This record gives sequence, structure tokens and C-alpha cells, in this order.
Amino acid sequence: MKKILTSLALIGLVAAGTAAFAAEEAHNAAAPTHFPINEPKEMSWSFTGPFGTYDKAQLQRGLKVYKEVCSACHSMNLVAFRTLSDLGYNDAQVKTLAAGYTIHDGPNDAGDMFDRPGKPSDHFPPPFANEEAAAASNGGAAPPDMSLLAKARGVERGFPQFVFDIFTQYDAGGPDYIHSLLTGYDQTPPAGMVIPEGTHYNPYFMSGVSLKMPKPLSDGQVTYDDGSPQTVDQYSRDVSAFLMWAAEPHMEDRKKTGFRVLVFLLLFGALVYMTKRKVWEGVAH
Amino acid sequence: MSEGHSTYTPKTGLGRWFDARMPLPRLVYDSFVAYPVPRNLNYMWTFGGILSIMLVAQILTGIVLAMHYTSDTNLAFGSVEKIMRDVNSGWLLRYMHANGASFFFVAVYIHIFRGLYYGSYKAPRELLWILGCIIYLLMMATGFMGYVLPWGQMSFWGATVITGFFSAIPLVGDWIQQLLLGGFAVDNPTLNRFFALHYLLPFMIAGVVVLHIWALHVVGQSNPTGIEIKSKTDTVAFTPYATIKDAFGMIVFLFFFAYFVFYLPNYLGHPDNYIVANPLKTPAHIVPEWYFLPFYAILRAITFNIGPINSKLGGVLCMFGAIAMLFLVPWLDTSKVRSAVYRPWYKLFFWLFVADAILLGWLGSQPAEGSYVFMAQMATLFYFAFFLVIMPVLGLIETPRRLPNSITEAVLEKNKGGSGHPAGATAAPQTKG
Repeated sequence: MKKILTSLALIGLVAAGTAAFAAEEAHNAAAPTHFPINEPKEMSWSFTGPFGTYDKAQLQRGLKVYKEVCSACHSMNLVAFRTLSDLGYNDAQVKTLAAGYTIHDGPNDAGDMFDRPGKPSDHFPPPFANEEAAAASNGGAAPPDMSLLAKARGVERGFPQFVFDIFTQYDAGGPDYIHSLLTGYDQTPPAGMVIPEGTHYNPYFMSGVSLKMPKPLSDGQVTYDDGSPQTVDQYSRDVSAFLMWAAEPHMEDRKKTGFRVLVFLLLFGALVYMTKRKVWEGVAH
Repeated sequence: MSEGHSTYTPKTGLGRWFDARMPLPRLVYDSFVAYPVPRNLNYMWTFGGILSIMLVAQILTGIVLAMHYTSDTNLAFGSVEKIMRDVNSGWLLRYMHANGASFFFVAVYIHIFRGLYYGSYKAPRELLWILGCIIYLLMMATGFMGYVLPWGQMSFWGATVITGFFSAIPLVGDWIQQLLLGGFAVDNPTLNRFFALHYLLPFMIAGVVVLHIWALHVVGQSNPTGIEIKSKTDTVAFTPYATIKDAFGMIVFLFFFAYFVFYLPNYLGHPDNYIVANPLKTPAHIVPEWYFLPFYAILRAITFNIGPINSKLGGVLCMFGAIAMLFLVPWLDTSKVRSAVYRPWYKLFFWLFVADAILLGWLGSQPAEGSYVFMAQMATLFYFAFFLVIMPVLGLIETPRRLPNSITEAVLEKNKGGSGHPAGATAAPQTKG
């Protein structure tokens, strides 16, 4: 056992030394080699931890931000209107919400394509006809689909943080990143840094110094009717939480089931252990 | 259990009728009830049973997932998301299957290291060990192809990189790569054949597992002392003794498994695999699944040409060589003593090897640049030195500690020492677990 600990300590030392060395190498403000420049800020979310649940009011606000801002460029192909009942809407509200969208459907009996109002079984319609059109309208980079964005983004946590994450159950890498990115505009790049034309500096962007998307949110842009602050920070939190739900709609169910499973295994394990003690009683081993 | 030792006596008329025609109940009784196991097995010996239930769990979840999956490059990603969102408990099945693969490897690595520590591969268990290595190879192939099926970015680019290894083989390399891919690049034919093989290989694993257990029941289990069974007092019956101990080991293992399935289902995956595969957009860092990382580090450590062998072929040879080492272990270890418990130097180098393997795994996840390359080269050197130098040489020069005469003696000595009484002239042998 002592040897295991010694070995682990050795690995730790070597790794820490290397990390420090690598950090030294990358330390050049005007031409960084490691992205994102700033690590995402860790926010507190209602859905993290073993008993985490989505805050329905927050998801509704996030949906509003998505509808009024993000959806102008970002599709959300995998999310069906019917699933919005998770956000606390009743059937009639879901129907109304769906009917607010126009769905391109067909062909009909005459062989023609036609437009009709959305139904709960429809998915969010994309803002562009195809990926090429999306890229052409956005300076050459198609805005990513948002259905899975909260699980498809995550900044590497590095050693030893990734070990601690097992115990703290850190599962908000995506929402933390999205929130940091959305609130990370309006900063002045360090002197000497070259920002390519048509891109926007953001030290939280994970693939470079700047991105094609301009600052999407500004204070007061979306009207909240529940009295929540109408700030970029609040919008960003709300839409990040909403995207987490969109990416992982069964999270609450998962964590609830998980707790029951672990309690069962704990009790069952204790019983089996006592049985094992009884069986082996008197047998030296 | 070899023939001739059976103590099975059917109690009912139906049992006798069956036994005279097809003695399946006798086989089960002899293998899982009366089968004698060493009385001193520790919890490291529960991983065989744990691996069996993981294989069954993977096959069961996998079959249901296959009912909902579509192996077409345009539909695969969406079909997996359909499972996650709309199939009843689909999220549970998929997370169990994806994390099940990881925990299958966790268990197999503990199982392999257990074998290395206690010298379980030594005669007469060489064939048992080699069958295990074949299972491990099949698992790697299955795991790799399974990771391609969701058709995310890492699926696609991982498949591109790993099948690219084969093109480094002189003369036939390109032909092998094209055979694997069903074309010149990873595309729909690749996905379809990977799906077919991903469904086939687990049943081949199950077949080799049967051979593995058969070989085990012929030679019997090794044990922490490494001393063969000499008398009946050295053993206990598989049921209830090993059965209940295995059951407890399985529950503890399932607890950790469930913790990841329900609370950290994506911890062992890569975020990029939630982006649909795009052949025109290469991810910043292509990383394989964690259980391949040590071999990936070895592959990338070879950055130099050795004579006619260029760095790419050299890396591929080292990577496959690293796995081939395992097959040779029974003949590389020259020690007459099996268990590391009685080999102080081997024990030290064993733990250094474990640390080296973990270090290689971490290096495999880092970009191959700067000081990482040098560290990976040193770690690779130690990896091969452990098998090719330390194992053969240590066996010849090391003075092992005194071995007990039998398992029973070792157990009694240990219990004497453990109960607080003076241990006498000889120290109690150290056992793990």
C-alpha cells in the first residue's frame, strides 16, 4: 500500500512539473498557444450534484432567449415541441407554442411542398435551408446546431482537477463554457494581438483568440415577465441552463434513479457482506 | 475440473435420467459448486466473475440498442440521439453500454495486473494466460468499433487515425487498410462493417471466455502465495465460499459503475463525440478512448527513424509490440517463485510498472509536443525494459523470501500474526486485498 502511495505521489510530482513547464511555454499574452485564454468561470447551477433538478422558470426564460435571439442563426434540430412540457408548460401551451412556427412539409396529394403551422410532434425548424446557406450568411462558418451544445463543449480540466471532478460530480463543463463565452465579449485584446477581420475577440473561446459570432446579447434585449434581471449575465445563465436541458432532457430522471440504485446496492451489499462473514466464519483464509 | 473427480449424485429420477443422457447439471455442479478453490483467495480474485457479468451486461444492453440503431452515416448520429431522447429508458441503456465498456476495461486491467503481480501466468497456466490476452485483444477491437458507431467527431477521426496505422505496414499495409475501411476513407461501408463486427466480436469473446474458464478448471486457480494446492485442507468448495465472496465483489464494483452511469455518464467520453462526424473538419486533438491511451502514447513516442524503419512504422511496431509483450510473459519471467509477495525486488518493479502505465495513459491524453514527447519516450523505454530486461534478469538474480510449505501453513501463519500474538520466527507473508 505504501508503495502505491509512493508511486502515485511520484506520478503527481512529474505531472505537476510538466504542467508548470507547459504553462511557462504558453505564457505569451499577444500570441497565446493554449485555448481558451481564460478558463470558464464555474457557476452554481440548480441541476448539478446528486439531487440536481432543472429550475423550470429558468428553463422557460432560457427558451425565450433562444427563441428571440439564438434561433435567428442556430438550429435545434433534435428537440421536439412536445418535450417542452418538461419546462412546465401544459398541453395547450405547447400546442400554441408549436403553432407559432411554420413548418415546411410535403409533398401533398398534388405533389407540392407546402407550409403549415407547427404541431407538438414537430421539431424546432432550422433558420437556414441547409448548412451551406447557414455558412454563407454567417461569414463562412455555419452556426452549430444547439441541441447538444451543452454536452459538445467542455474545456479540458487538466490534472489534478479531473480527479477531483469525480468526487464533486462536476458535470457542468458545457453550461459553464457557454455562459463564460456569452459574457466574455467587450474585452480589449492584449497589445500586439492580431484579431482576424470579421471575428470578435473573446478570451473564453476554446478554439482561438476570436470567433465569427459577434456579441449576441445585450442588457434589456429580452423582456422577462417574472422580474428576473434583464442582464447579459442572467440571459447567459438562463440560456445555458436551457441548453443543458435540451442536451440532456432526462437528467433529473437519471439522477433520481441513480440515487435509488446506489441506496439499493449499499443495502444489498451490506447484507451480502454479512452473509459472506457468516459463511467464512471459522474458515481461516 | 478434469474428469474423474466428479462427486455429483443426482437425487431425483429426472436428474438421473438427464445425467445418463447429457450430464449438463453435472458439469454445472462440478464447475460452480464442488469445484475446489484455494482458501486464501483475496478480493483481487473476484474480477473474473465481475468480468463475466460485465460481458453479459454489455451483450444484453447492446442487443436492445441495436434494435434502435441505424448504421448509415446520415442516420447513425440521429438514431443514437433518438435512443437518448425518445426510447423508453434508452438513455439508461446507452449510458450503461458506453460506461460498461469503460468499466469492462477497468476490470480487465485489474485482472491483468493481478496476474502479473501474483505470477498467475506461470506453468501450467500459460495457455490460460494467452487465452486471456486473446480476450483482451478482442475487447480492444470491439471497444474501438463500438466507439465509431455513434458517428460523432471522435468516432470518425479516431477511426481514421487507428485504421491509418495499418497503412504503415510495408507492401500489404494499404491493402489491409482498404479492406478494413471498405474504401479509401472512413465512410458508409466502414460504419456498416464495424457495426456487423461490433455485434459479432462479443460472441467470439464469450467463446474464448468458455475456453479461458475451461483451461482454468483444468489447472485450478493460482492464489496469493503462488503455491499449488497440496491437500484438501488448502481448498474450500466454490459454493458457498467463492460464490458469496464473488457476489460481494460484484456489488462493490457495480456501485462504482452505477456512480458513473447515473452521475458522470459523460466523464469518460469526449465532448467532441456529441458533434456529428464531419470529414472536412479535423478536431484540434484526436484522442482515443482512455483505455487505449497508454498504447497511443507509445505509438506517438517514436518520433525518429531507425534505419529503414520510419517513425510511423516504428510507432506502430512499438504499439503492437507493447501488446505482444503480454503474450510472451510466461517465458520472459525466469523466476521460480510465482508470487510477488515473496519477491521484494519484483514487487518494487511491478509497482513502478503500474505507475509507468498510468503515466503513459496520461501522456496519451496530452498533445505530443514539447516535454511530453521526451517523457513518453522514457516511459516507453521503461515499459519494454520491464518485460524484456527486468522480468528475465530479476528471476535469475533475486533472492526470494522463504516460501511457506503450503497454503494452509501460510493462512495459519497469517492469522497468528493478525490476531496480535507474536508472529514467531517467520514474519507473516504479506497478502493484498
